[in-house]
Amino acid sequence: MPEVRLEKITKIFDKNIVGLKDFNLQVKDKEFVTILGPSGSGKSTALRIIAGLERQDKGEVFIDGINVSRIPPQERNIAFVFQSYALYPHMNVYENIAVGLRIKGYSQNEIKTRVQEVAELLEISDLLKRKPKTLSGGQRQRVALARAIAKRPKVFLLDEPLSNLDAILRERMRTELKLLFKRISGTVIYVTHDQAEAISLSDKIALIDKGRLRQLGSTDELYYQPKDLFVASFLGTPPINTFEVTIKEGNFVFGPYSFKIPEKYWPKIKNISKLILGIRPEDIKVYLKPEPSSFVCNISTVEKMSGYAILNLNCQNKTLKAVVERDFITSIREENLWIKFNEDKLYLFNRDTQQLL
Amino acid sequence: MPKSFDEQKFGLLLILPSFILLGLVALYPILRNLILSFTENDQFIGIKNFILLFQDERFKSSLFNTLLFCLISVPLQLFLGLVFALILQQRFFTRGFVRTSVFLPWALPTAVMAVAWKWIFNDTYGVFNDILLRLQIIKEPLAWLGKPDLAFFCIILAEVWKCTPFVTVILLAGLQSIPPELYEAISVDGANTLQRFRLITLPLLRPFLLVALVFRTIQALGVFDSIWVLTGGGPGGSTEPISLYVYDTVFRYLKFSYGSTMVIFSFILSLIFVFIFYKFWGDRQIEY
Repeated sequence: MPEVRLEKITKIFDKNIVGLKDFNLQVKDKEFVTILGPSGSGKSTALRIIAGLERQDKGEVFIDGINVSRIPPQERNIAFVFQSYALYPHMNVYENIAVGLRIKGYSQNEIKTRVQEVAELLEISDLLKRKPKTLSGGQRQRVALARAIAKRPKVFLLDEPLSNLDAILRERMRTELKLLFKRISGTVIYVTHDQAEAISLSDKIALIDKGRLRQLGSTDELYYQPKDLFVASFLGTPPINTFEVTIKEGNFVFGPYSFKIPEKYWPKIKNISKLILGIRPEDIKVYLKPEPSSFVCNISTVEKMSGYAILNLNCQNKTLKAVVERDFITSIREENLWIKFNEDKLYLFNRDTQQLL
Repeated sequence: MPKSFDEQKFGLLLILPSFILLGLVALYPILRNLILSFTENDQFIGIKNFILLFQDERFKSSLFNTLLFCLISVPLQLFLGLVFALILQQRFFTRGFVRTSVFLPWALPTAVMAVAWKWIFNDTYGVFNDILLRLQIIKEPLAWLGKPDLAFFCIILAEVWKCTPFVTVILLAGLQSIPPELYEAISVDGANTLQRFRLITLPLLRPFLLVALVFRTIQALGVFDSIWVLTGGGPGGSTEPISLYVYDTVFRYLKFSYGSTMVIFSFILSLIFVFIFYKFWGDRQIEY
């Protein structure tokens, strides 16, 4: 059962730049796990260490139960799709796919069958004689994927494979990737900085920052039960609104506003007087007229998106983002709006540790 | 499209000065030479000179020497240049220093280095004999520049020492142009060091090898200064290349017409070599 396990991986570059610090990750058989993080977070380093292209300073890598920490990449039986695709420029598409199989010593017939198989799967059969130079970005992407799949590796490692494509193509390839890996049911580790990709593709997301794993879990877990403020702010577009509140006599107080603390949060806020409150833009209800226990805000800007709109609200010098339906903005007549929080969907964070309460 | 036509004319106008200059220093001498080789004292004599050329034993011997010199020294330079380039591409302590010192022979004027080699090969005072004697490889001092075979060895050794750095520079530039991901990709594809070299390095270095090959071949076919200083073509004409014979013919015997004929011949010889290389080399350019 191809399973990938990283145990306490530490990688330091140039003596003091932390690439990874005590990084643990477990990817089960046939699982699609995305390593998500901002740039410079160490996500590509993690992938390259799994591939053996980079050597960790500490810690062990297991693939399929075997400790591969000291095994070179050519013997790890993995496939790696590079951001730049790294197609061999002097070989045609057929050769690009076949060369790995040839190295492994497969028979001419077997190679031919396999190349044709993946070429059909990725719809590149008519490109087999062409050189990479003559292919478009999307076609190169397919060839790179075909090359990976033809090898039937234990694990697929993909390093930001969609980032060099234009927006429309990226979206299409995203759907195709999902279907593709479902069909061949492979174990996939995918690296990206794009949360939309991560959310739509993966079974699980490993969120990483500054070389440390922040949270590993399903998309829903990361979104609805973020461990800390970082995870909560990283996922979601537009990002979660956060602000400091004081607790006074059973009320959350911020600026001139206050509202009663819903009963479900009582046990979490014992002996706490200040905390950070988080509310997702889609959990803010916006009204044209005052409602009971609503707050008044000014509209500072409106960002029209395709199916919805983002309102940037100024509420007593506090900026909040709220998501409303596209139609709603046409009915706005004045500068003032009234908002209410969906009180079931509040996130409470410790002010010092930033952990979820 | 009048505008683009104007642009084209303007473009031609811009490159005209350099074309005129090139015509004066390259095209005119070649044509003048060609005319000279078919005339004697301003009289047209047809291909008489060329017939003489193929009956001339000294010319045949110098042609043979030139080709032999070229066929031994150029492949050696390419091979050693590749080896050095591969070594210098690796990361190691003092790489910068080593890179610089490897290129030193190429930076020296040929005549200067040839004088130095002449002393090194000196039979009585030379360090070469001294080292071989101490290592007990030879029993008594050899007259390196005094015997035909040994002298030929010497001019080739000096040439390889001098010109390998040129090949190294070109191939090192070639190696640096290969994207590192390709090595990573082929590693993941299962290739070991040797397969990486065969599947990535060598094919992607081909255009650079071709450049080095063409340059070195043309220069080797016209070799003059190092041999002039080291052996003067001797002993007994055994190391004399065409260029030295041309020099003698023109400046010592003052046979300008016959000398031009030899020059034209070696010019055509170079062209044939270059043509063959381009024709059979395959990838002249790798497009990423």
